[in-house]
Amino acid sequence: MMTDSPMPAPAAAAPTPETPAQLFAYVLQLADTSLILAHRLSEWCGHGPILEQDLAMANIALDLLGEARSYYQYAAELEGQGRTEDDLAYLRSAVEYRNPLLVEQPNGDFAHTIVRQFIYDCFHYHLLLQLKSGPDAQLAAIAEKSVKEAAYHIKWSSEWVIRLGDGTEESRRRVEKALGNLWRYAGELTTPSATEKALQAAGYLPDYAPLQQQIDAHAARVFEEATLPVPQGVFMQKGGKDGRHSEHLGYLLAELQYLQRTYPGLQW
Amino acid sequence: MLVKLCLRGMETLELTQEEQFQARIDADVRIEPKDWMPDAYRKTLIRQISQHAHSELVGMLPEGNWITRAPSLKRKSILLAKVQDEAGHGLYLYSAAETLGASRDQMLADLHSGKAKYSSIFNYPTLSWADMGCVGWLVDGAAILNQVPLCRTSYGPYARAMVRVCKEESFHQRQGFEIMQTLCEGSPEQKAMAQEGLNRWWWPTLMMFGPKDSESPNTAQSMNWRIKRFTNDELRQKFVDMMVPQAEFLGLTVPDPNLKWNEAKQGYDFGDVDWEEFWNVVKGNGLCNQERLQARVQAHEEGAWVREAALAHAEKRKQREEAKAVAA
Ligand SMILES: [Fe+2]
Ligand SMILES: [Fe+2]
Ligand SMILES: [Fe+2]
Repeated sequence: MMTDSPMPAPAAAAPTPETPAQLFAYVLQLADTSLILAHRLSEWCGHGPILEQDLAMANIALDLLGEARSYYQYAAELEGQGRTEDDLAYLRSAVEYRNPLLVEQPNGDFAHTIVRQFIYDCFHYHLLLQLKSGPDAQLAAIAEKSVKEAAYHIKWSSEWVIRLGDGTEESRRRVEKALGNLWRYAGELTTPSATEKALQAAGYLPDYAPLQQQIDAHAARVFEEATLPVPQGVFMQKGGKDGRHSEHLGYLLAELQYLQRTYPGLQW
Repeated sequence: MLVKLCLRGMETLELTQEEQFQARIDADVRIEPKDWMPDAYRKTLIRQISQHAHSELVGMLPEGNWITRAPSLKRKSILLAKVQDEAGHGLYLYSAAETLGASRDQMLADLHSGKAKYSSIFNYPTLSWADMGCVGWLVDGAAILNQVPLCRTSYGPYARAMVRVCKEESFHQRQGFEIMQTLCEGSPEQKAMAQEGLNRWWWPTLMMFGPKDSESPNTAQSMNWRIKRFTNDELRQKFVDMMVPQAEFLGLTVPDPNLKWNEAKQGYDFGDVDWEEFWNVVKGNGLCNQERLQARVQAHEEGAWVREAALAHAEKRKQREEAKAVAA
């Protein structure tokens, strides 16, 4: 089920004076994205439809949380201002968060969670395949470790899309509804922000067009097996990567940051 | 007992099945799923193991309650891993009970109908971050005392499941203690949070060892079968003796005015548990009994369509493969 098209050769890096700041912003975006999705998945903990799937979701949440921590730690290092992973995660407001809109969307039912995960995994897995041979050694190392986990995630969510699409009438209705809700957030993932464009130009990030093709090819295979139509002509939302979020993120952060905000500056 | 059996064996050269079974137990030979066992032994084990599995499952809820609010990324990831471990414990234990002929569906149905019990401790709310410390330190601590002897319990699959469970539980306890220690070394607010947590959790954890020996009618039989290896009161005493020095180390006060070192017995004397509260929570009148059960029932009911879809898909797949095989 995995895409095994050959990787393009790593782009030659041509750093500009702005690259360190752009890299910091981008690594932070990756960190926020993993953290917010981990948060959403962790909301399922103890409430999953099957004990085994409860475990699977906690497992994916843990992987993403670990990945987020690696990115935050690296971002803190790139910034060099003495901020820690926790300062970056707990003391930035919603408008400062840079995750795409998709990952902050509420869990909804299991189909909604699966579809959100599937859309993200398609992007995440294929992105990591590129990043692991990118020019930034630290980012490549994190991607190298994370891509193994992401390979499991995309397998898990793809299999569930297939099960739900080609399961019962009810599961199909639910997965279609979830696609109707969530597909509009897929486009933002591969629509480069100003930061991403700059990093692409400097050779630090891959061009997103071939990435999009890999994603589409994988999604098409899964949808076919799931007997689901590939969503067409959907107006794509964006803004999260520039700090313009949906209303959901504020509540999520209020919960996530509650203790650090209530008792500033303490060790836990 | 053995002497009597030997004499009788010499007389008749034959033991009843029940006697052979007890002789194996007495000789500490593990009972395995295919071995003959008395009905009552099987039933007692199913009840105990499924109750334990349910406790792991319901036990995910009070701690799950704080995952999204954990105060640092490191704590969040430790807590999430811990709650995930509990789900894993539930799985091993349901599997162990299945070796005795119980089905997971039936066990869950019994949990959801209120017929099967789970540990009452999870009917108490988790109200502050210190509760994540208290649950790990005290509740997992009490669970370890209850469970370590079960690693040598007479039924093989249960004993083996418990070996895996206990390894992880001791890690849970350590991380709980670490949360408490960090709070106690922190700001006055944090220390107050830790003390307030201990004040709420101390007595309920003492209740985890079950009723007084004098009111625990099944203990004797369970000990005879080596399903249980210490009485409730023995374990409770061990727990107090183990925890009081740890609380002192943390600089916390155990909320029991009658707590006093007894030189003669080389253990602590301590006050009486509020047994009225204990029986009330057992009967379903704890603050969270209804919420906990509702959460489980809701997860199960809302998951019904998912389980049906998975089954339906597997069935379709099987049929397609069969059709393919026929065509080929
Ligand atoms: Fe346990
Ligand atoms: Fe456990
Ligand atoms: Fe535990």
